[in-house]
Amino acid sequence: MKTGMSKIAALLLAAGVCMPLYAADVKVALDADPESLDIYEQLSGGILQYAHMSFDPLVRFTKDMKFEGRLAESWDQVDAKTVRFHLRKGVKFHSGNAFTADDVIWTYNRIQKSDDYKGLFTVYEGMKKVDDYTVDLVAKVPYPLVLQNATYLFIMDSKFYTGKTEDGKAKDEIVKAANTYAANHVSGTGPFKLVSREQGVKLELARNADYWDKKSPGNVEKLTVVPIKEDATRVAALLSGDVDMIAPVAPNDQKRVLSDSNLQMATETSNRIVMFELNQNVVPAFKDQRVREAVNLAVNQKGIVDKIMKGFATPAGQMSPEGYLGHVPELTPQYDLKKAKELMKAAGQEKGFEITMIATNNRYINDAKIAEAVANMLSKINIKVSLKTMPKAQYWPEYDKCAAGMQLIGWQSDTQDSGNYYEYLVETRDDKTGKGQYNCGGYSNAEVDKLIAQSNAEVDVAKRTIMLQQIEKLLMKDAAYLPLEWQNLSWAAKTKLDIKPIVNGLDFPYYGDLKVKE
Amino acid sequence: MLTFLFKRLAQAIVVMFVISLVAFAIQDNLGDPLREMVGQGVSEAQREVLRNQLGLNDPFMIKYSRFLTNAMHGDWGTSFIFKKPALDIILSKLVATLELVFAATFWIILLSIPLGVYCAIRPRGLGSKMIMGISTIGISVPVFLTAILLMYVFSIELGWLPSYGRGETMNVFGWQSGLFTIDGLKHLLLPSIALSSIMLPLFIRLVRSEMLEALSAEYVKFAWAKGLDKNKVWFRHALKNTMLPLITVGGVQIGSMVAYTILTETVFQWPGTGFLFLEAITRVDTPLITAYVIFVGLVFVVTNTLVDLLYGLINPTVKLTSKGG
Repeated sequence: MKTGMSKIAALLLAAGVCMPLYAADVKVALDADPESLDIYEQLSGGILQYAHMSFDPLVRFTKDMKFEGRLAESWDQVDAKTVRFHLRKGVKFHSGNAFTADDVIWTYNRIQKSDDYKGLFTVYEGMKKVDDYTVDLVAKVPYPLVLQNATYLFIMDSKFYTGKTEDGKAKDEIVKAANTYAANHVSGTGPFKLVSREQGVKLELARNADYWDKKSPGNVEKLTVVPIKEDATRVAALLSGDVDMIAPVAPNDQKRVLSDSNLQMATETSNRIVMFELNQNVVPAFKDQRVREAVNLAVNQKGIVDKIMKGFATPAGQMSPEGYLGHVPELTPQYDLKKAKELMKAAGQEKGFEITMIATNNRYINDAKIAEAVANMLSKINIKVSLKTMPKAQYWPEYDKCAAGMQLIGWQSDTQDSGNYYEYLVETRDDKTGKGQYNCGGYSNAEVDKLIAQSNAEVDVAKRTIMLQQIEKLLMKDAAYLPLEWQNLSWAAKTKLDIKPIVNGLDFPYYGDLKVKE
Repeated sequence: MLTFLFKRLAQAIVVMFVISLVAFAIQDNLGDPLREMVGQGVSEAQREVLRNQLGLNDPFMIKYSRFLTNAMHGDWGTSFIFKKPALDIILSKLVATLELVFAATFWIILLSIPLGVYCAIRPRGLGSKMIMGISTIGISVPVFLTAILLMYVFSIELGWLPSYGRGETMNVFGWQSGLFTIDGLKHLLLPSIALSSIMLPLFIRLVRSEMLEALSAEYVKFAWAKGLDKNKVWFRHALKNTMLPLITVGGVQIGSMVAYTILTETVFQWPGTGFLFLEAITRVDTPLITAYVIFVGLVFVVTNTLVDLLYGLINPTVKLTSKGG
């Protein structure tokens, strides 16, 4: 029945009876599907990608990392601590309810109950309603990342999610690993409405006919997301025409995709830095700055990217990728084996030493191979590495022990800001405040800590940029850790899909704006 | 017969108990489920709170006895990924796996008996040598390679068959299956051939050697001496006796195929139990892993029992009671 209807609709469209718009059905194969349909259950790539399909944030990033108003039409700084958002009028949720400031406040309050998201909002005193289409987000101290945080405010339909289910559970509850109402029912303002979901098999969405963004070039009528875990199968599905678009594309498959004239690829540098922590608590030699510098000089990041990643990554000489405030263009990865040997000699470590190294083997692209390469490169300066790689499931408990000499970690900045890297990875570890939660290397520099604190309260972008870049330079001067690469993101699709404008380095393709040529 | 069944049931309970204990004991070594459930920014303190809420920090005996009590009531735990009862998920995915195993069994029976018999009747023929050669290759090529090759040839290059997933399904007598639709059968073809490729060479060899043995038996020589028609000798006398070991070995193998679908299902994104199991392992869904291991144990116990029963029916000289299971 359903297919019959769409065929009739297609015929009408073809005859130009309704409107001259071309409506496309698009099938996208991703490596995983969203863990839940409750967008605040977990902070994960899969869920955020889905959030952009069925919901809209107050603001979102453009491809060049600028802010673009979505449910907030505009915003202004009322005082040092307050940002006022002017909301879009005439927007409707999928349920038909009208979108107002009450929904924004309700969503903000719900986030405070989410284990994964509330951490991003602890700096705020709260959100206040000014009128039906104006809200104030008030921080406790002047805070520079209000708009970054607002990209996480995907507004939910407060009326739809209020009340009790038949078995007496609150419709708005957020419970992990439980079958909650919000995990199965969706009402947002986004470009796609939920049609059906078979977890792990497919997610079917249909265009929201009342979508507020009339300027959007998007013409995808039916969007089907299928998870295909296996890299080779995902590519095969695209090559055989079973799906229209895939992500990610494994480095080894890119040539095959590019050689097909009916297909195209889009790549972006992501904000995920892959790096090794040098554990000073376990390896006493790493306490010596010269040894750490030697390690940095002995590892050839460019070689790793060319040989192992087939060019499918960006060699890193710092944490912040290009476009981030903290990014220092001069900090490129240095490779100088001779100097590295001299430094080892100067440090009295000419004969080298033995260390342990741990890495994942299914978390980041080619992670185990990268670790092997690093271990080999270090052997050139007589550092003997005993490497242990393991699946991510076993890796994290092992990582948390901070017991290996070098530990691999990849980190994405949740705030899309440089500060996030520093706070989690290199700030002096303090288990009480949770600072430096992933600083397993034992690195501690009072100057860096001070700059981190200062930059978190600096609203002036120019001043803040100087601080963040200062941190980045200090870290590399100290050779605090070993940066390797920023992973690339990749999408491949049939040429008739205009994917380049909708993909971005944050890995949130804006499918609502996807245009398909006839 | 009844005493045999009772004995078997008692044994099965002991076996299942041991399996459940083992399946449960490995839980703590599978990794930290919480890591898969929270974002990177969530603190260890917060994770600990969640762990306590989920009861993951309770002592082993408490966890295990809680599991056993619930399992007696049919509750095998709740999957972290799917947020639904683990057993329900396994059963819902089992349909797809059984479909795959059923189709693979069809290929195996269809091909192994004629090919095996042919190899036994003409052991020195060129055809036999070719069949044996190919089957050696078949045994040594890993199933995921076979699967990817099939996909490359038939989906990408020729474009005849779909590359992944299960096609349209239709409900026939309460069985929601892809066996009843053209689209479903198309999707089933490649995965079932890939899956059968592991067992097919084994079965050809089994049929061949059993048949050879039968052909050299006294009663066959006597049949030849009697001047019986060759078809009668081959198919009525020799083949019939070849069937016996085929059913025992075959039954166990096909039963175990339910557990061996992991690779095939993963490559073809076939939404069955094998694929589910791998997903559960990568995402440390401990309740689902435990439930699956116990479930597979149950499948083995049941197939073994059925095979023994069948064996007794076909070969009345075997006394089940004396065999003691």
